[in-house]
Amino acid sequence: MRLLIRGALVVDPSQGIEEVLDLFIENGVIADLGKGLPKSLSTETIDADGLVLTPGFIDLHSHLREPGQEWKEDIESGSQGAVAGGITSVCCMANTDPVNDNPAITRYIIDRAKEVGLCDVFPVGAMTKGLKGEELAEIGLMVKAGIVAISDDGETPKDSKVLRSAMDYARSLGIPVFTHSEDKSLSEGGHMNEGYLSSLLGIPGIPKEAEEIGTLRDLVIAKLTGAHIHVCHVSTEGALKAIEAAKKEGVRVSCEITPHHFTLTERAVEGFNTNAKMCPPLRDENDVKACREALKRGVAEVIATDHAPHSEDEKAVEFCQAPFGIIGFQTLLPLSLELVRKGYLTLSQMVEKLTLNPAKIIRKRDIGTLRRGARANLTLFDPNEEFTLTREEIRSKSFNTPFLGWRLKGKVKFTVYDGRIVYKS
Amino acid sequence: MRNLLSVSQVSKELFYEIYQTALLVRELLRKGEKKFPVLRGKCVVNLFFEPSTRTRSSFEKAGKFLSADVINISTSQSSVRKGESLIDTVKNLDMMHPDVIVLRHPCEGAPDLAQKFISASVVNAGDGRREHPTQALLDCSTLTEHFGSLKGKRITIVGDIANSRVARSDSILLRELGASVFCYGPSTMMPRVVEALGIKRLSSFEEVVEVSDAVILLRIQLERQAAKKVFPSIREYSELFGLNLKKLKMFKPDTVILHPGPFNRGVEITGEVAYSTRSLIFPQVEMGLAVRMVILSLLCNRLNKLKEVLL
Repeated sequence: MRLLIRGALVVDPSQGIEEVLDLFIENGVIADLGKGLPKSLSTETIDADGLVLTPGFIDLHSHLREPGQEWKEDIESGSQGAVAGGITSVCCMANTDPVNDNPAITRYIIDRAKEVGLCDVFPVGAMTKGLKGEELAEIGLMVKAGIVAISDDGETPKDSKVLRSAMDYARSLGIPVFTHSEDKSLSEGGHMNEGYLSSLLGIPGIPKEAEEIGTLRDLVIAKLTGAHIHVCHVSTEGALKAIEAAKKEGVRVSCEITPHHFTLTERAVEGFNTNAKMCPPLRDENDVKACREALKRGVAEVIATDHAPHSEDEKAVEFCQAPFGIIGFQTLLPLSLELVRKGYLTLSQMVEKLTLNPAKIIRKRDIGTLRRGARANLTLFDPNEEFTLTREEIRSKSFNTPFLGWRLKGKVKFTVYDGRIVYKS
Repeated sequence: MRNLLSVSQVSKELFYEIYQTALLVRELLRKGEKKFPVLRGKCVVNLFFEPSTRTRSSFEKAGKFLSADVINISTSQSSVRKGESLIDTVKNLDMMHPDVIVLRHPCEGAPDLAQKFISASVVNAGDGRREHPTQALLDCSTLTEHFGSLKGKRITIVGDIANSRVARSDSILLRELGASVFCYGPSTMMPRVVEALGIKRLSSFEEVVEVSDAVILLRIQLERQAAKKVFPSIREYSELFGLNLKKLKMFKPDTVILHPGPFNRGVEITGEVAYSTRSLIFPQVEMGLAVRMVILSLLCNRLNKLKEVLL
């Protein structure tokens, strides 16, 4: 299988490239990158004039719901959604049913993803058995089976001793710990950001301070253990400050920000929109600005989706009874490009946060780059094409997004995985 | 008006129309008139997902006095316990052609959700901590009758503001009518952003005494376990924030006291205060019935018919 992509603006931060080049793929790997590659090299050619070519995006944070919650999403529909969003590697959280806390589940997910064959699915293993925060899961065996990180996601252990053990162990195994940093004792019962709107509507709030206390604790334990922690979906200015300070102290910490947290404020909840309900919740303008600034200044290295599908039936309920979470694969690119258009990021910085940086965090050297010899996982997009996000457009099983009906700018045209075109629009 | 979801839908002009009509209704009620042929052939469903005696019976009487058929459904008998969703419950009810569904629900925004799926009108009879529009209408009617006008009047709401739908609805309508609204209570019972309610927080009982033309006391529910994280004891609340005759005497002689009920004697208010000449608590209940009769007529497009009957 040979594929030649001609005349795209190639953006590859791993090599510091941002220029119009041709790229040639052979046997699933990148064979050549250069100017004016001969057309005869290839059986198939994509004329990519006006398009941007980058390494395939790597999403560190998603929920694919298989096994156990296939009515929301499964590995196949999730993979389809991912590649439609230009994502060729997906890390999926462990809160499946049963929980991914043992190597059998890890292997199941990986095997199932290979059968589907549209993108990499890298499972994140549970930190503790059943995500209960009490006993360590079989982390070592799961690493052997293929997990790239551990996390109890929404349930980061309250018990600091358990968290310490998990971090200590993860460090010894050379994998990062993904934390959903939150002091649940402070946020329990909350359904949206605690602030102006929650005060007005009487909806119980989730204080920013719950995230900030959680972040501080997790950072302190990371310092103690020397583990690499990756703080998921940071949403407040205070948490970002804590992370920045910890970095200066030499704590091994990275963090991600989701497109919804750098795009929307709590006002999206108005009208009791359950598709704007997620955890951490949408915050206020000050925090949105802090999130954008953190990406700009490199305090946040990664943009990740926290793609969390829920069926329409589950979301068509009273606000306080709706589950947390929104889908995010197919809005990742246009919303990230908005940061480029607004001047917060250069195109190259944006691509870095979607490719190279997440690859480094999960210690993968053969993805997130267009180096010769790397796996041919690529995203080819038109930064200027506008489209309306309709239900028909969405490839996931679920449609729970506050961006439904939005006019978005930036469209994935081709996604290539191991040299094969797995998505084309 | 098709639905009454929030009292912010009620303009000053509409309020006065409701208020004036309610006064006439009340006059007839006081004369012993209890059957108004206004909503004959109409059906009102009281759908209550929370225990309530006062509001439910007030709406029930309002419907019956207007000659509507009234059906009461409360959670203990409803299919909600069988796992039916709110949308499905109201959709099923709607297929039986009611004209108004009066909805009380523990989740904020539940009436807004329900109205999207049905053709009957929805009255919000209290949604979680958010709003209780008819309570605000009856409170403001009671106060307007007492003062003549609320313009420039200073009203203080005392108690658990954070969890109070009465405080939220009252503050909206009181401000619409030109009053200044203040609040007072344990700091642990204040919303994070008090200003969001357009009200000013007072920091001492002395200030409450100084500013208030009227005081609205809220019901305190300290018996719930969760409440104990917020306040230590009923005894302490009563001592620090409750109103007794001795404290009442510190106010200006014309300051009046309201309470949405049911009040806890000896907690936020003593019996002596509730039954004193300064209390408007019982007139509130009577006004509540009249106001709800006006609201049901309004939502059924029968306000003019009601007015004809009153002439």
